[in-house]
Amino acid sequence: MPASADSTVTPARAETGYGMIGLRQFRSELRLIFGRRRNLAMLVILIAVPIFIGIAVKVSTPRPGEGPPFVSELTNNGLFLAFTAMAVCLPVFLPLALAVVAGDAVAGEASAGTLRYLLSIPVSRTRLLVVKTLGVLAYLAAGILLITVCGLVAGFALFGTHGVTLLSGDTVSVGNGLARAAGVAAYVFVDLLGLAAIGLFFSTLTEVAVGAMSATVVSAIAFAVLDSVPQLGRFRDVLLTHNWLNFDELLRSSPNAGSLLRWSLLPLAYALVFFAAAWARITTADVSG
Amino acid sequence: MTELDSPVAPAEHPEAEDLAIRTRGLTRRFGPQTAVDAVDLTVPRGAVYGFLGPNGSGKTTTIRMLLGLMSPHAGTIDILGGRMPLAAQQVLPRVGALVEGPAFHLYLSGRDNLRRLDAWDASTDPSTRDRRISAALERVGLAAAAGKKFRRFSLGMKQRLGLAATLLRARDLLILDEPTNGLDPQGTREVRNLLRELAADGATVLVSSHLLAEIEQIATHVGIMSSGRLLKQGSLSEVLDETGLLVRVRTSQAPDAARILEGLGLTVTDLAPESVVVRLNGSAPEYVNEKLVRGGVPVRGLAVERPALEDFFVHLTGEGYDAGIS
Repeated sequence: MPASADSTVTPARAETGYGMIGLRQFRSELRLIFGRRRNLAMLVILIAVPIFIGIAVKVSTPRPGEGPPFVSELTNNGLFLAFTAMAVCLPVFLPLALAVVAGDAVAGEASAGTLRYLLSIPVSRTRLLVVKTLGVLAYLAAGILLITVCGLVAGFALFGTHGVTLLSGDTVSVGNGLARAAGVAAYVFVDLLGLAAIGLFFSTLTEVAVGAMSATVVSAIAFAVLDSVPQLGRFRDVLLTHNWLNFDELLRSSPNAGSLLRWSLLPLAYALVFFAAAWARITTADVSG
Repeated sequence: MTELDSPVAPAEHPEAEDLAIRTRGLTRRFGPQTAVDAVDLTVPRGAVYGFLGPNGSGKTTTIRMLLGLMSPHAGTIDILGGRMPLAAQQVLPRVGALVEGPAFHLYLSGRDNLRRLDAWDASTDPSTRDRRISAALERVGLAAAAGKKFRRFSLGMKQRLGLAATLLRARDLLILDEPTNGLDPQGTREVRNLLRELAADGATVLVSSHLLAEIEQIATHVGIMSSGRLLKQGSLSEVLDETGLLVRVRTSQAPDAARILEGLGLTVTDLAPESVVVRLNGSAPEYVNEKLVRGGVPVRGLAVERPALEDFFVHLTGEGYDAGIS
């Protein structure tokens, strides 16, 4: 054991230590993602959305049928602020934040040159991709959670916590309403898994992180644009963004679990395909960065 | 001169286990260009191996393949007795590497960058992490500045942090690509001393450099790359003595002497009115003397000189080394 600052590292440990799950790598990854000001700033924007909408609605009661979804229900109960904020964030802010973190995941390390040092530690390429993926998903979950919690807190503060009137007109308890809010958060999380995998895939293709980020954003936009062309007919059913906003199903008196599951299969399928592509790429590519 | 001279004849080749690095026929192409061409590296354990070559001669590509960052198109790699890249997970924890300059996250401090690297190394003990990091920083003279963000680091500080990263745990082999790049003379001397210490502790060090005088001071072995091929390899004294010796002949008939010696296939490196210097290319000095005398050239004096590594290097790789010499 030559040449070290420390001699407590024994060969035995070097061999057994590797089998343990990548918890310490994951923690380090979280520190990297959530320690970066850019990533925090995007989360602040997500927090700001429900607050701004809440204040705007409070000072100017909207007429039914105008503004973002669910806004007209807002004045009756604060719970709907979380849903309104989610509906506002889902098409743009959330995918953008996700695209930045996912696109940066591998390409950012490659362009900084830190990828070659991670791999020569050594970190197996599969483990690297898994930890990077978990980091991106943690960031996505944090974003969705912040929108939901902030929407609930601001909504209850501004509009009160009286019984929740659903889209169908039934009224349910606040507890039931909270459970539905959690359901919406989970549905949106699954919705965005496909885009997360697309971002990771692009991230393994290039050493230019900004390129991977923009490619991811552009794909989200392309899906949305195609989805807005009615002439495409049934083809639209397989577009990644097609079912994104269907979380309002959870706001009906008895949500159709079958439909929700069926809609969730699409982003999951995208996630699987692109994660596999990212894995195939990262495990075979030369690392020059 | 493109023939590879192994330090040990093939029959006596030590087993791969006795070598820190052993490659056979290592080859990597980029399109039509062969960046690394059938390279047989032989780095004995405990050696300080100077890996020399002009810019673009294939040193870094070779190092990338050693570390499993790039896959070879042909050939085999054994590091510390393990076949790469299959044995990477067992072998690489014992290898510290600095490849193509230091690279860290700009917005993390020096210390946090080391914490991150250590966290990803499953072979180290997290409970000793801070102590090991402090010791490594101390060792490269960076303890005071380690709290700064990496983006505020000078080139020399970055280089020191890169070296500190290789010292986070015990290493049996250090692969250092241009470790003194960007360091001032004081820093260069510190790194040189550090490498000597590491070697004295038993680590094998492969250090690539274009600073030939540097290498000459610390290397026990050298390998010289040019255009993707390993031209020469062996212990420093072997490489210099066997093929690099010069002989200075003092004579009143220097031009005649030069003509005769060139006729013998020797290379005249210097011709003055009363002296001529030739590269022996393996011939014995006595043989030179005999031929000169037979040719009717009065020899007043004959001295064998050992060339500087730099002269030998330029002799081997030819022109085009300007870019690398500093």
